[in-house]
Amino acid sequence: MWMIELPPFVPFFIGALILLFTRGMLRSAIMIAIPIVSAMHLVMVPEGIHLQFTFLEYQLTPYRVDKLSIMFGYVFHIAALIGIIYSLHLRDTMQQVSAMLYAGSALGAVFAGDLLTLFVFWELLAFTSVFLIWARRTQRSYDAGMRYLIIQVLSGVILLVGTIFYAIENNTLEFGYIGLDSIAGWLILIAFGIKCAFPIAHNWLTDAYPEATVTGTVFLSAFTTKVAVYALARAYPGAEILIYIGAAMTCFPIFFAVIENDLRRVLAYSLINQVGFMVVGIGIGTALAINGAVSHAFNDVIFKGLLFMSMGAVLQMTGRINGSDLGGLYKTMPKTTILCIVGAASISAFPLFSGFVSKSMVMSAALEEGYDWIWLMLLFASAGVFHHAGIKIPYFAFFAHDSGLKANDPPNNMLLAMSISAALCIAIGIYPQALYSLLPYDTGYNPYDATHVLAQTQLLFFSALAFVWLNLKGMYPPELRSTNLDFDWIYRRAMPNALQHIFSVIWQADRALRDALKVRLNIYLSYFSGKNDRLSILLSRNYPSGSMVMWVAVVLATYLLLSFIK
Amino acid sequence: MKNDKKYLFDNPDNIKRLLHILYACCAILVVLDLVIHRHTMHEWEKLWFFYPIYGFIGCVVLVIVATWMRTFLMRSEDYYDNPTETDVDDDSLNNNTLNNDMLNKKGEHHVDD
Repeated sequence: MWMIELPPFVPFFIGALILLFTRGMLRSAIMIAIPIVSAMHLVMVPEGIHLQFTFLEYQLTPYRVDKLSIMFGYVFHIAALIGIIYSLHLRDTMQQVSAMLYAGSALGAVFAGDLLTLFVFWELLAFTSVFLIWARRTQRSYDAGMRYLIIQVLSGVILLVGTIFYAIENNTLEFGYIGLDSIAGWLILIAFGIKCAFPIAHNWLTDAYPEATVTGTVFLSAFTTKVAVYALARAYPGAEILIYIGAAMTCFPIFFAVIENDLRRVLAYSLINQVGFMVVGIGIGTALAINGAVSHAFNDVIFKGLLFMSMGAVLQMTGRINGSDLGGLYKTMPKTTILCIVGAASISAFPLFSGFVSKSMVMSAALEEGYDWIWLMLLFASAGVFHHAGIKIPYFAFFAHDSGLKANDPPNNMLLAMSISAALCIAIGIYPQALYSLLPYDTGYNPYDATHVLAQTQLLFFSALAFVWLNLKGMYPPELRSTNLDFDWIYRRAMPNALQHIFSVIWQADRALRDALKVRLNIYLSYFSGKNDRLSILLSRNYPSGSMVMWVAVVLATYLLLSFIK
Repeated sequence: MKNDKKYLFDNPDNIKRLLHILYACCAILVVLDLVIHRHTMHEWEKLWFFYPIYGFIGCVVLVIVATWMRTFLMRSEDYYDNPTETDVDDDSLNNNTLNNDMLNKKGEHHVDD
């Protein structure tokens, strides 16, 4: 059997290489086999450090398995498999290879035991995933991919600087608890925060994900942000600032999601909202909260993947993704509709669906630790997420007014991938103990007590009632073709404009200054030459040979002088 | 697929039925609030109907604030594709008129549609 020292990213990278030389059925078979074989291998690997060597006096640990990393390891394998099945119909080597490399990089990052290895995979995540955006092959996606790449690489560079500071301060590169009591800690937090879509640094996500290909977005939604969540959970558990950042992340995106027209961008905002719950959990830092954050990350990969897949199916079959163009698709895409509703119920945390069993842990932890206002914000965000992801997405895509679009359900491989996700969502919701047994801590938490189920159901049903009421009153904002400004306006519009203004001012000033100087110089020159014309023929404009003779004399005299000095 | 085929929600009665089921569920949940003994962790939770009211008001506020945000955040669809639309103030002025026209059309996507 396999060597135990073989880190999980290796089969994915080798697989990507093989994909280059295969095609057709063989390629499909290899793509499906890799995550399955790698996952079977991972199940058998015991906890501990499996690969370590010394590099420039530092211990590097490319492969370390513990309770925290293995959770992400499992879910990344599941996500990779689902994504691959979803994209089986593709005939696009670039996408398939980069998706394979991207999944491998994510696995490399979560099993990295030192900061340098983490940095390498951190950058690989950026470079491999950007091809999933560019594979759309439009000018828009190219531009969005470029912005995505710049921001992701920036995050990597900050991580590298933080790592160097950390190595100097602590004389080790081990990736464990870092904390915020040094400059290295802050730098690394910023690097993680960019990838985690912290407020202000969040626009790479809402900008790039909706521009990626149908299948690319499914991969993108699974890995990058969850690697960042993992890194935060390892390095900054209990950092109080994360609670406030996370609470902000849960709340502000839902406003944008309500007015956004591109339904995949709605999901991108909703992704930030869900990551916010995880960040709050990490910030609280108790066993229950960390469990909540990790299990919510696990569930989110699956249900957010399901939602992106169902919207991808709509985009694939109709060629449209704007809420204003869609509607009434339940008639011709019934299976996609049902699968989408399962995803919507899961993300909204309906009892018996997966979101319920994980999100509630974070909420309970916030209450237990006395963060009342944070709890209220999370509760508001829970109602809000139901509103935009739970109702808005299925409603405007599949119901609402009849758009007249006639599209069939997507190919079977896409339906199969969605069905697997939906089955997992329901299975975890019904039998959460299976998920809980994998968690880093044993808290004996039971989500299904009467109080809790009743409270959550009341919250959701009355949110639905609010939607119906607003709609009947005609107060619900209609889907409009539009762009909504967000923080990216600063670097896509304001900064380029400001720079343009500044440079045009500088250039004008520069030209004016030069012109003035030239005029002055000319005046002086003609003044001197006029004087010289009267005195002698040296330096005169009328007798160029005279000035030539003078300058030759000057040069020769200089030579003579230099020879004396020598 | 023939266009004249009747689907589930083509019949307004079915929409009515669905809405009545929703109202009934809400009513049952409110009654359960009185019946089930809840062990609460927070004083606000002890208030009667805390969750239903919070959920309803939260969503209404969310939608009203988000709609209001449109008045200053919304731009034309190809806003970023058009670098010639440089003057931001001009742009937002143009769009405000656009906004009002469009916002007046709300209710277009009606539940009953």
